[in-house]
Amino acid sequence: MQHSSSSHVYPDAHQDTYSKTLFGFWVYLMTDCVLFGTLFATYAVLRTHTAGGPSGHDLFSMPYALTETLILLTSSFTSGLALLPSQCTSKYKVLFWFGVTFLLGASFIGMELTEFLHLVREGNSWRRSAFLSAFFTLVATHGLHISLSLVWMIVLTIPVWRHGLNSTSFRRLSCLRLFWHFLDVVWIFIFTVVYLVGGIHG
Amino acid sequence: MFGKLTLDAFKHDWIEVAAGLSMILGALFVAALLFYYKRWKWLWSEWLTTVDAKKIGIMYVVVSSVMLLKGVVDAFMMRAQQVFSVGDSHGYLGAEHFQEIFTAHGTTMIFFVGMGGVFAVTNLIMPLQIGARDVAFPFLNSISFYFFTAGAMLLMVSLIIGEFSAAGWVCYPPLSGIAYSPGVGVDYWIWSVQIAGIGSLFSGINFLVTIFKMRCPGMTLMKMPIFVWSILGSMILIIFAFPILTATLAMLSLDRVLGMHFFTPDFGGNPMMYINLIWAWGHPEVYILILPAFGVFSEVVATFSKKRLFGYVSMVWAIGAIVFLSFIVWLHHFFTMGAGANVNAFFGIMTMLIAIPTGVKIFNWLFTMVRGKVVFATPMLWFLGFVIIFTTGGMTGVLLSIAAVDFQLHNSLFLIAHFHSMVVGGVLFGFLSGFSYWFPKFTGFKLNETLGRYAFWCWMIGFLIAFMPLYALGFMGATRRLDHYDASTGWHSLFTLAGIGAAIIACGVGFQILQVVVSIYQRKKNKDLTGDPWNGRTLEWDTSSPPPFYNFAITPEVETRDPFWEKKQHPVSSPAPVHYEPIHMPKNTPSGLYIGSFGFLFCFGIIWYIHWMTIMGFLGVVISMIVRLSEKDTDYYITVAEIEKTEAESMRGGI
Amino acid sequence: MDEHISNLGVPEGANHGNLKSYVIGFLLSLVLTLMSYCSVVYDLLSGWVLIGAISFFAVVQAVVQLFLFLHLGAESKPRWHLMTFLFMVLVIGIIVFGSLWIMANLDYRTM
Repeated sequence: MQHSSSSHVYPDAHQDTYSKTLFGFWVYLMTDCVLFGTLFATYAVLRTHTAGGPSGHDLFSMPYALTETLILLTSSFTSGLALLPSQCTSKYKVLFWFGVTFLLGASFIGMELTEFLHLVREGNSWRRSAFLSAFFTLVATHGLHISLSLVWMIVLTIPVWRHGLNSTSFRRLSCLRLFWHFLDVVWIFIFTVVYLVGGIHG
Repeated sequence: MFGKLTLDAFKHDWIEVAAGLSMILGALFVAALLFYYKRWKWLWSEWLTTVDAKKIGIMYVVVSSVMLLKGVVDAFMMRAQQVFSVGDSHGYLGAEHFQEIFTAHGTTMIFFVGMGGVFAVTNLIMPLQIGARDVAFPFLNSISFYFFTAGAMLLMVSLIIGEFSAAGWVCYPPLSGIAYSPGVGVDYWIWSVQIAGIGSLFSGINFLVTIFKMRCPGMTLMKMPIFVWSILGSMILIIFAFPILTATLAMLSLDRVLGMHFFTPDFGGNPMMYINLIWAWGHPEVYILILPAFGVFSEVVATFSKKRLFGYVSMVWAIGAIVFLSFIVWLHHFFTMGAGANVNAFFGIMTMLIAIPTGVKIFNWLFTMVRGKVVFATPMLWFLGFVIIFTTGGMTGVLLSIAAVDFQLHNSLFLIAHFHSMVVGGVLFGFLSGFSYWFPKFTGFKLNETLGRYAFWCWMIGFLIAFMPLYALGFMGATRRLDHYDASTGWHSLFTLAGIGAAIIACGVGFQILQVVVSIYQRKKNKDLTGDPWNGRTLEWDTSSPPPFYNFAITPEVETRDPFWEKKQHPVSSPAPVHYEPIHMPKNTPSGLYIGSFGFLFCFGIIWYIHWMTIMGFLGVVISMIVRLSEKDTDYYITVAEIEKTEAESMRGGI
Repeated sequence: MDEHISNLGVPEGANHGNLKSYVIGFLLSLVLTLMSYCSVVYDLLSGWVLIGAISFFAVVQAVVQLFLFLHLGAESKPRWHLMTFLFMVLVIGIIVFGSLWIMANLDYRTM
């Protein structure tokens, strides 16, 4: 960026861009929380409306859900490592950690899609009951957010690969990192409210 | 290839044909003007690609004014129907058409006039009042505007291609489910509101960050104008309420398009959950609309009383109380739909409480006028009209908050009269007051005051004659949304009176259009040369009219409330020489327009099941975003020489 | 191109955490996840105690990640991130518990 070389003549354009952008993105995350909150509220209300069909207890595999949870948790951890000051000194380190995060995230989506396909093939799609509509919508909305983040991860890491890390790419990757952490926090509640509660016997 | 879209979609009755034709002719007229004055390039480079909040604000004014005309025509059609459709006569509108009209009327007014007005006034005034040059995210601002416009266009297109929803502006299932509304109308409604809602959400984020992070030095929160506090409150409500709408509309659409069962009457669905969620959004929404109007009045009353606003701190507390309380009253919209006494009592009491901070604000405005040197210019007339209409409407609201009373009056014309008193007397009068108050600032000339008065009196008297009978009709048992009624009800004379009131309002609208046209014609006579035609108190008046595109050559530093007023009380005899620095500005970009257009296509594709269009629209949005993210050349610096030239050229001669 | 973090436009005092906070956050989250999982799958608790416990573990894990991954408490005044977060929690609480209360009430009276 050409501005820094003449900063004694031109005022620094980016000094508060970082904090403004990160705050704006944070506020967006708060709106996303309310969106998920609405879906959670709907799931909580419709959870028992199985219309004579299967309930969560009949459909969910606990070990499977645990595996997905651990994969996503690890990916949240690795995304945090990517932007530590010690890692930002080298574009390869940043790209490595985001690469690991991407692979873990893609595995998560793969597992989720497999689960969905299995349910649909057995006749337990979103059309079967209000419970299943709520389940698919809540979980798939989360999955859609993850998928879009994966695309975003690719889009942001390409310029880092080509030109290295600069203030713009760092700022955008920081937003991505926030998003990724937040999606894991949402998943904690999906895992608990949907899978664990669904898996309780009796 | 075109999904459900066939030539049948273009078949309409003569009224719809007339409406569609007048819309197309209007658009062609504008295009002809652009050709005649050779302004296509100007339109593109100065307006369509702008990221300047002031210009975006003006574009919001244009779109919401067009939508106001549409909404008001819908209203006249309904009033006319209810004057003639009694006993053996069934008026001139079929039942189905009448239902589409009241649905379109509500949707247009709330989403495209109300929200449009909120974003218009925020874009135009808020950055100036906090001493900022623009909003936090100018490009996002552009996207918001185009999503808003895409939503409005979807509604307008439904007049020509297909049909609009007939399920009411809040679109309750099961009626709005696919089984009972198999046509495209409800889908038009869903996506028009959804895309505009996403634009609103982005604006909420944008303006909140602007207020928190971009105030000029010295302007602490407690020194901000109350208008800015009002906007802050409105934006907080948008941020935390609109996602509820997004999720709920998505679920309704999933029910319709993918056969889900959230709100269906079978397979375990629960239609009441839609009603619960939509009003959890819907109640904050009405406060989103009214708070900016309150903010306008805070500015207008202080300026035209030549006195600082009374009770600044209590105004801030009142806004905070309204923001909080508006999240815990929503059930009062469905008291009659099955909840028990405990639930109804809780929400009823919360609803009564929310009248208190509003009352505090009204008293503060009145106390501002006491011992002030009040000038009854047009903006002040709108305020006085507001006091009368909004206060009486508010009192009927407190009446309705008693669940037992609401059981008699729910969905009656009493309710209709109540909320129209609030949105017309409150929201609309607020925006019209703001329009006449700030018009000179952005155009450089004042509006014709005489025609402004005629317009006001027609609206005021017309409103009272159109809506006071509705309170009586409500008590007499008349429900809302009636396209026909028996002569034996005895309602006909009151409906006729209401029709006369509507005709008077129509004259008011006519005067407003005339006022704008005449004022443009007379603009050289009414130039605002000082930038401060009303002897204002806040920073927007400390600029030329119109302001330079960078707002302030030097970022202001403030020490008190009403900083411009203070500055005028203590004029500096020989001001220190000004030292300009280069100003960093964002460049114009067409990306916002592209993203909005692809968004429109996405929605149109879903509505008509044109899958390739849906995919293309979605990919278009994503790719446009990626292209924009890769652009390196998105801003520039205004040089000191340019600033000096602009300041010198401005009428004020660079104060 | 090597960049030190202060050249990347990050203002003084913006918190990025350190390796320690991420490792601790990761391990705590792991433990809490497994505690919830085992409570359910191995029937260590039952009934409302179980639901209360796994809810509690979920909230604690969320708070852990908010502080250690998202650095929520670390900003200097004014704490806008924290305030918007708290208001969001309040709104979600109102919507979720309000909806459950209302819908249960309707269910009871109409079903």
